[in-house]
Amino acid sequence: MAGTLSALSAGLREFYEAPYRRTLSRARRDEDDLFTIVVLAEALGVPNPATYYTVELLPLLADRVHEWHTRLGMDRSPLEGVSCC
Amino acid sequence: MNSLVLMVVGLAMVLAGYFLYSKFLARHIYRLDENFRTPSHEMRDGVDYVPTNKFVLWGHHFTSVAGAAPIVGPAVAVIWGWLPAFLWVTLGTVFFAGMHDLGALWASVRNKGRSMGMLSGRYIGSRGRALFLVVIFLLLLMVIAAFATVIKNLLISTPTSVIPVWGAIAVAAIIGQMIYRWKINLPVTTLIGVTALYGLILLGDRFPVVLPDSVLGMSPATFWIVALFLYAGIASLLPVWVLLQPRDYINGVQLFIGLGILYLSVLLASPAVVAPAVNQNVPEGTPSMVPLLFVTIACGAISGFHGMVASGTSAKQLDKETDARFVGYFGAVGEGLLALGAIIAATAGFRTLADWEAVYSAFNEGGVSAFIDGGASIVNTGLGIPVSLSATILATMAVLFAATTMDTGVRLQRFVVQEAGEVMGVTVRKGLATIVVLVVAVGLTFSAGGDGAGGLLIWPLFGTTNQLLASLTLSIVAVMLLRRKRNPVVVLVPLVFVLAMSVYALIVQLGTFYADQNWFLLGLDVVILVASAWVAVEATAAMVAARRGEFDPETDEPVAAGQSAGTTATTRDS
Repeated sequence: MAGTLSALSAGLREFYEAPYRRTLSRARRDEDDLFTIVVLAEALGVPNPATYYTVELLPLLADRVHEWHTRLGMDRSPLEGVSCC
Repeated sequence: MNSLVLMVVGLAMVLAGYFLYSKFLARHIYRLDENFRTPSHEMRDGVDYVPTNKFVLWGHHFTSVAGAAPIVGPAVAVIWGWLPAFLWVTLGTVFFAGMHDLGALWASVRNKGRSMGMLSGRYIGSRGRALFLVVIFLLLLMVIAAFATVIKNLLISTPTSVIPVWGAIAVAAIIGQMIYRWKINLPVTTLIGVTALYGLILLGDRFPVVLPDSVLGMSPATFWIVALFLYAGIASLLPVWVLLQPRDYINGVQLFIGLGILYLSVLLASPAVVAPAVNQNVPEGTPSMVPLLFVTIACGAISGFHGMVASGTSAKQLDKETDARFVGYFGAVGEGLLALGAIIAATAGFRTLADWEAVYSAFNEGGVSAFIDGGASIVNTGLGIPVSLSATILATMAVLFAATTMDTGVRLQRFVVQEAGEVMGVTVRKGLATIVVLVVAVGLTFSAGGDGAGGLLIWPLFGTTNQLLASLTLSIVAVMLLRRKRNPVVVLVPLVFVLAMSVYALIVQLGTFYADQNWFLLGLDVVILVASAWVAVEATAAMVAARRGEFDPETDEPVAAGQSAGTTATTRDS
């Protein structure tokens, strides 16, 4: 009974989310990209008054950098200080 | 003729189509391969490409393609009698729609899940994409304008549906908040949402809203149309999770409830079909059945819109290629059943032939209201729900489908306008694009007699454009089959038939619009006619080239003369 109920719940959730998964994930990715640009601003040569704070966030973004620059059509990392591939 | 017989025969036909014909298509024409690595696995990214259970995927596919159109079309078309509509829906579902939807899904899966627009660029030629954009623009424009008229008519003819129809927007908005902000679990939310919706239906049934003759200086018809477009404009600009997503969801649930109610009622009431099999006594001014029947019923028999859903989204989520048969073909079967339900409601839900003839007093009279009235009387006999309440339920269901299609249509049309702007090198902002869409659509709606005078003049034009899109998709599928050196005749026969009927219908309507001196619709008709000729010419050229040329069976790409097509070890086409 509990199994059926949770299966039903999972099915309904899928039914609710799947048609818009793409739209929502895209919107999230766009926001993440903006955030990435802000954090990497100094490394990209753009003066950033908030560098003192954003530099702390750099390690957190390290994992995303490779996916980010390949998706934007750059085979190599555009960052001089941060190398990923 | 008893409607139960009609239902059983219809069901048997479309199910035979699924169990026999789709199997034939899957094995011998499209040659679906269980081991083919589908885009959902090959390009899996958790965003667009996600392998999905075939039943869940079918659910989305079906609810995205089924809407008000398979109700409106058949309800209008039974004016020629129930038999032509019945045959076109059942045979159309089996040999046209099912084959088309399955083909579109297959074509897209074999092309990394790309959309029909991209595929037309690849298989039809460089102008293919521009052509596709033009056809899509026309189709969305027709959908938005035609559905605004449909909803307006229903709100006036069934005033009890006013409260549930507008209240459903609030219900959807609350459901969206419940899920995203308050994190309430979905079964509970669904239960609350459906209960609230049916509560509103009961409330609306008690308190019908009839607008006075002049609202803010507008007639009720004008007022509803303006209100609908305002709503659609705002809804299309909101983030999707606020309104569109919960609305789609509730509609999906409602679609299954509604279909269940309708079929159960027919089963229990089994009313006699009072309408004639072939109406010899059609009202004055009714256009000839051939070709108009074939464009009046588009969705439910074959619809190009399905190809867009199949290629844009479903193809990217298909787990195994063989699932395409269930998702694509059975999706079309689901819609055929909805159309069949509409035919039964609009022909069997009346007591005598005279009653029926009184409703179908002229072409485009009756239509959805006949579906509501007829359906309500069947539901009343079958399930014992009072006639007025049944009518409110069915009207709300029809309006909700149409309204969701309308706001989604405005949203998609906005992207088309922005894309067209990009092609011309202009950046069009979101707000401006929406305004452009609304202005053009409102213009079209009123040009067709939006104040209630002209009714659904644009409906056959919508059907024609839809068939045109279907022709484009079928051409792509045919080119793919020809490049693989397979027999394309099961695609070509429907393709030629549908395109010929559309062009014939356009020419017939050209005469009607000229006689009515409706220059706007006349112009639109000419534009669609030109687009049709364009599709025919480009498609023929592409097919001839595909038949003559040598192509790599793996990649579909042309190979230079002298080089063997089977350079890869497999000569078998996979």
